[in-house]
Amino acid sequence: MQFKTYAKTLAVALSLAVVAGCSSSGGTQEGNMDGTSGNMSGQGMTSGQGANGSQMNANQQRPSVDTIYFAFDSDEIRPEFESVLRGHAQYLMANPSVNVTLEGYADERGTREYNLGLGERRAQSVEQYLTVQGVSPSQISIVSYGEERPAVQGHTEEAYAKNRRVVFDYK
Amino acid sequence: MKQRMSQSLRRLAAAWLASLVALCLTANAQAQNLTIEITRGSDQAIPIAIVPFESQAAGGLPQDVAQIVSDDLEHSGQFEPLSRSALISLPSSSKDVFYDDWKRVNARYLVVGKIEPQGSDYRIQYELMDVAGGKRMLGETVTSSASDLRASAHYISDQIFEAITGIRGAFSTRIAYVAASGSGDNARYALYVADADGHNAQQVLSSDDPLSPAWSPDGSKLAYVSFESGNSAIYVQNVATGERLRLTSFPGINGAPAWSPDGRKMAMSLSKDGQPEIYVMDLASRQLTRLTNNRAIETEPDWSPDGRSLIFTSDRSGAPQLYRMPAGGGEAQRVTFTGSYNSDGRFSPDGKALFMITRDENGFHVAKQDLDTSRVTVLTDTRWDESPSVAPNGTMVIFATQQGSQGVLGAVSSDGRASFRLPSQQGDVREPAWSPYLN
Repeated sequence: MQFKTYAKTLAVALSLAVVAGCSSSGGTQEGNMDGTSGNMSGQGMTSGQGANGSQMNANQQRPSVDTIYFAFDSDEIRPEFESVLRGHAQYLMANPSVNVTLEGYADERGTREYNLGLGERRAQSVEQYLTVQGVSPSQISIVSYGEERPAVQGHTEEAYAKNRRVVFDYK
Repeated sequence: MKQRMSQSLRRLAAAWLASLVALCLTANAQAQNLTIEITRGSDQAIPIAIVPFESQAAGGLPQDVAQIVSDDLEHSGQFEPLSRSALISLPSSSKDVFYDDWKRVNARYLVVGKIEPQGSDYRIQYELMDVAGGKRMLGETVTSSASDLRASAHYISDQIFEAITGIRGAFSTRIAYVAASGSGDNARYALYVADADGHNAQQVLSSDDPLSPAWSPDGSKLAYVSFESGNSAIYVQNVATGERLRLTSFPGINGAPAWSPDGRKMAMSLSKDGQPEIYVMDLASRQLTRLTNNRAIETEPDWSPDGRSLIFTSDRSGAPQLYRMPAGGGEAQRVTFTGSYNSDGRFSPDGKALFMITRDENGFHVAKQDLDTSRVTVLTDTRWDESPSVAPNGTMVIFATQQGSQGVLGAVSSDGRASFRLPSQQGDVREPAWSPYLN
C-alpha cells in the first residue's frame, strides 16, 4: 500500500465520513450519475451489515447502493462497504451480459493529474475485489475522473469525504 | 503492441476528419476576462513615474496606453508606479523634463510620450529616462491600429522592462486557463486564452472538465486533456483556427501532456498498461516510448529547457515526490526531499530551479527548489495552490488557488516578494498555462 503514513488523518477522515453519511439523506448532488443514485447515501455509509435482503439473495436485482467511499489518500476497501461490493459481484455474476464502468474519484486536495491516478487506483481496488469474488474482468471497465466532477461542491472535510468515491455506472 | 498502435492511428485519422467538420468556437467571452489584484507588493519594487501620454486625438483614445504600461509594470512585481496624483508635471517629451523635480518625488525612472492620429492609425512616441543618472535611456515611435493599442502598450512595457532590468519582458504573452460559467452544480467549464493581463479572453474550447492545457513551444497550439468522449483523451488544437486532433485515447488515463522544447515530442502520462507511467510520443511518427515502469503513479512530466531530461511526479516512495530522468530513458533520481508531498514540478526557463506544489501543515503552496543547492523556498501563503506555470522570462509563476470558496488564479514573483490574484467575475478559474514568447 502506498498510503500507510496517514493513519491518524485517516481515523479523523473516517469518523467525519461516517458523520457525513449519517447527516445526508438526500444526496441530490449525485443526481447526474444515474437515476438511482439519490438513495445511495444512507445505507452503505452508516451500517455495513445493514445490506438488505434484496442485495444478498436476489441475484437478478441490482444493489441500490452504487457508490462507496474511501479514506483520505487511501484506496483500501472499507469493511462497511464489503457487503455492497459483494452485492454487485453477485449481480454481475448472475448477469454475465451486464457490464459496469467503475468511476474513480478523488477529493480536490493535491494536483489534478496526480488525483487522476488516485481515482484510478480506487476503481482498480474495487475491480480487484469484484474479480476475486468471481466476476469476469471482461464485465468491468474503469474510468478515473480524479477530482473532476465532484459529487459535492465545497471545501469542507464533509465534501471531501463524499468526493473520494467509486461509482458503479451500469450503462 | 503493434496492433494497438495501428488501431490508434486509425482512430487518429478519424479524429482528424471529425475535427475538420467541427469546432471553431468563438464566444462572447468578454465576461471571462480576469482582473489582477495585488495581494502583496514587493519591498524592493522600483519607483517609476509614468506620465499620461499627451494626445490631440478628437474624442479621446480608445485605450489609455500609459495606464496599461503602468499596470503591466506594476503587475510584474518589480515596479511601483507613482499614482497619477503624485506626478508634479506632465511632460510629453524628454526635452521638457526637469530631472530634479522627479528626484524630489523619488522616481528612479520616468516614462513620457504622446499619441497622434495618423490616418486611421495612431503614432505612439515614448521615451524612458533614468532620473538618477539624468539621462534618456530609450526612445521609440510605434505605429498602431486602434484595435492594436493594447498590444502596442504591452510592447512598450516589454521594452521598458528590458531596458531597466535586463530581462526580456513577458507582457505580450498570453495565458490559457479553464473557467466556469455558472456555479455550483450548474457550473460549465471551458478553455480560454487571454492576454497575460487577463484582457481579451477568447473561448477556445467548450467541454466538460478540460484539464492540463500546455502550449506548443511556438505558441500556435494547445495540448489538453478532455473527458468529452467519456474517458480522458489528449487533444492538440490550433489556437488561431480551432482545428484539432485527438492525439491519444488509450484505455485508462491519458493525461499531463508536455511538449518538448523543440516541439517534436510530447511527454505524457498513460495508464494503458496498468498504472500511470511516463511516455514520450514522437509527434511525427506517433511512436511511443515508455520511460517508467513502476507500480506507482507517475505523472506530470516537464522537460528541462535543454530537452535532455524530464522531471515528473511519482509516489514510488509512498507519497508524491519529484524525480528526474534522461529524456531518452534511464535511471530516475529523486529530486525533492523536503516535505511529504511535492508534485507538478516545472523547470525555470534557465533550468536552474524547479517550481512545484508542496504541502505543509497549512496546505498546498507554490515552492521553488534551487537545483544546485536543493534549497526550497515556499513562495505563497495561499492554502490550496495547484497547477503552477512559469512565465517565459522566469520572473513570475501563475497558479490556481482559492479565495473563499471561489477558484481564482494566483501569481507570484519568482522571488516570492510580490503576489497577485486574478479572479473572474463569472465563477471559478483554474488550470493556468503561461504561453511562450509570441513575438
